[in-house]
Amino acid sequence: MSNVPHIVSSILDGLVATAEAALGGIALTVVLSLIAGLALLSPRWPVRAIARVYVEIFRGTSEVVQLFWLFFVLPVLVGFQLVPLFAGILVLGLNHGAYGAEIVRGAVRSVPKEQYEGAVALNLSPVQRMVRVILPQAFVEMLPPFNNLFIQLLKSTALLSFISAGEIAERGELLVPVFGADIGWIYGTELVLYLLLAILITTGMRALERAAARRLGRRPSARADRVLAGGTG
Amino acid sequence: MNWDWQAAADSIPLLLKGLLVTVELTVLGSLVGYVLGLVLALLRRSGIPVLSQAVWLFIEFVRSTPLLIQVFVLYYLVPPTTGFKMSAFVTGVVALGVHYSTYAAEVYRAGIEAVPKGQWEAAVALNLPRSRVWTAVVLPQAIPRVLPALGNYTISMFKETPLLLAIGVLDVLNRAKEVGAETFRVVEPYTLAGVLFLLVSLPASLLVRRLERRRA
Amino acid sequence: MIRFSGVVKRFGEHVVLDELDFAVAPGEFVSLIGPSGSGKTTILRLLMTLEKVDGGTIEVGGEYLSHTRRGERVVPADEKHLRVMRRRIGMVFQQFNLFPNMNVLRNITEAPVRSLGVPPAEAEQRARELLGMVGLEDKADAHPTQLSGGQQQRVAIARALAMRPDVLLLDEVTSALDPELVADVLRVLRDIATSTDITVLCVTHEMQFAQDVSDRVMMFDHGRVLEDAAPEKLFSEPEHERTKEFLRAVIERR
Repeated sequence: MSNVPHIVSSILDGLVATAEAALGGIALTVVLSLIAGLALLSPRWPVRAIARVYVEIFRGTSEVVQLFWLFFVLPVLVGFQLVPLFAGILVLGLNHGAYGAEIVRGAVRSVPKEQYEGAVALNLSPVQRMVRVILPQAFVEMLPPFNNLFIQLLKSTALLSFISAGEIAERGELLVPVFGADIGWIYGTELVLYLLLAILITTGMRALERAAARRLGRRPSARADRVLAGGTG
Repeated sequence: MNWDWQAAADSIPLLLKGLLVTVELTVLGSLVGYVLGLVLALLRRSGIPVLSQAVWLFIEFVRSTPLLIQVFVLYYLVPPTTGFKMSAFVTGVVALGVHYSTYAAEVYRAGIEAVPKGQWEAAVALNLPRSRVWTAVVLPQAIPRVLPALGNYTISMFKETPLLLAIGVLDVLNRAKEVGAETFRVVEPYTLAGVLFLLVSLPASLLVRRLERRRA
Repeated sequence: MIRFSGVVKRFGEHVVLDELDFAVAPGEFVSLIGPSGSGKTTILRLLMTLEKVDGGTIEVGGEYLSHTRRGERVVPADEKHLRVMRRRIGMVFQQFNLFPNMNVLRNITEAPVRSLGVPPAEAEQRARELLGMVGLEDKADAHPTQLSGGQQQRVAIARALAMRPDVLLLDEVTSALDPELVADVLRVLRDIATSTDITVLCVTHEMQFAQDVSDRVMMFDHGRVLEDAAPEKLFSEPEHERTKEFLRAVIERR
């Protein structure tokens, strides 16, 4: 029992790395989702094709495999080794960016056609159309699925334990051989931490959703049953 | 380029053995997950507040925490406390099943709620026994609707199985790691492992998308 | 056969039925008319136990429907009692509500077999008889989606009759149908009225039908019975101003 404070503080040490990986991963995901999502909607087919290939490859292969590949194979091919945290953020971003691209694409397409037509009638350029009319409306639609995606990403940070990035799961595994009797405390602490982080993310996203909906002058829509469409879990 | 075709070819038999294990894990995990998921969904609707809440808590907890940690809990924590030992493979199936049952429970819930209220009312009006209302009217309408979503989750499960290498399950990735350790060539086995995933998951996704479209 | 005593029904703040009293004799065909929201459908739903009363009691065939007698006291009915009472009551809905995962025959036989314990062969025979009565003998193996609205509604009527109810509730059963299909359904209802002694409560907007077929017509407004008379009297010499207004508006439409 007296090991518990040590266990908890030890695992908390991993919180920084988990948070860094998660935030970095989320940032990269957002960027890639926007770029690839809009590219999927481009009228030019080479742009669409490139985005489609990216999305299918990263959605179609396992994240763990991608992690191993980036960390163990890439150095052999290009000559330099990626720092674990960086490799982790890269994989998290590339993988979830592919799913995010579909979310962006779906949300933009869900904006009623009349909005496009109104923007064209006002003689806005394509960029202005997208930035000032379409995206703000699509934004609110995107938030609930992105909430789910970011929580998936958070859960995936645990995979970085395979490449020693110093995050929560790895800290736990380092303690197991030493504190065998207190295994329940080790995993319990880890699980509670992840749960709290997930709640943090959801709270943030819901606040964002309310703010965005207010700017559009409407109450946030009840979450459509995207679950039926099979989403990202 | 640093690619050795011979090394690639040599690694294939072992990788395929691993792929078989991966597929087995996915199939069994899905079975466990989708049956347990239905149980959870029905318990949520049981009308007994304590039970309903407990199930909800369980679902949220399992859904929001990493599968990897849940695998460790099942493999390292459960045996010493309960004396019940499971092989790595079985642990994997149980972990995948329980984790995905929480996703499936949500899917079933949405499917059940999509059955028009009039169907329930007609069943009550005809005085059908409660069990028949579920088995003859509601579930036959709810389940076909959610099959595409369940299909997508199976594909997700398929792609998550490699993390089981952490407890020694001999799936594709673990076999690739073996080959890499023995031959000191990592490029071919790991790349091929990725390709194998693509070769299975892409057609599967297309199939599910076609199923989705046919229902729409 | 049916008695409402001081029945109160609220939906949130809104009082739909306010101390409603009325009675229906066995075998009567009673049409309920009146504007939307006047509570007519609520009455049917209460009888079919789809809703619970907030006050007052409902009796069917001399026994309490909404409550049970415990010694001296009268308490709200539990599910077991409701299941027993429900056997006497059947309902046909505006949206038909046929089960899309079963063919027509099974739609009709499912409840008799599963709820009344009728042997499958006997249930099937009765189902075919009923289909004959509604003019759809050849559709026994068809699927609800293959039938027109009017045909589906006739199947729904057969389905309700298969349970041999003492009371049949009809909730605007022709309102969702294209005009051409309405006549066939009304013909079936006319047959039921003349050839059986089932007690029928029919909420409808088909005034001509109500006038021809009913033994009694009740005009509702704001959850109360405004007028209650034989069709000849109510349609030609209505007493209340509201009734006159309503009839004028509805009949003018045709």
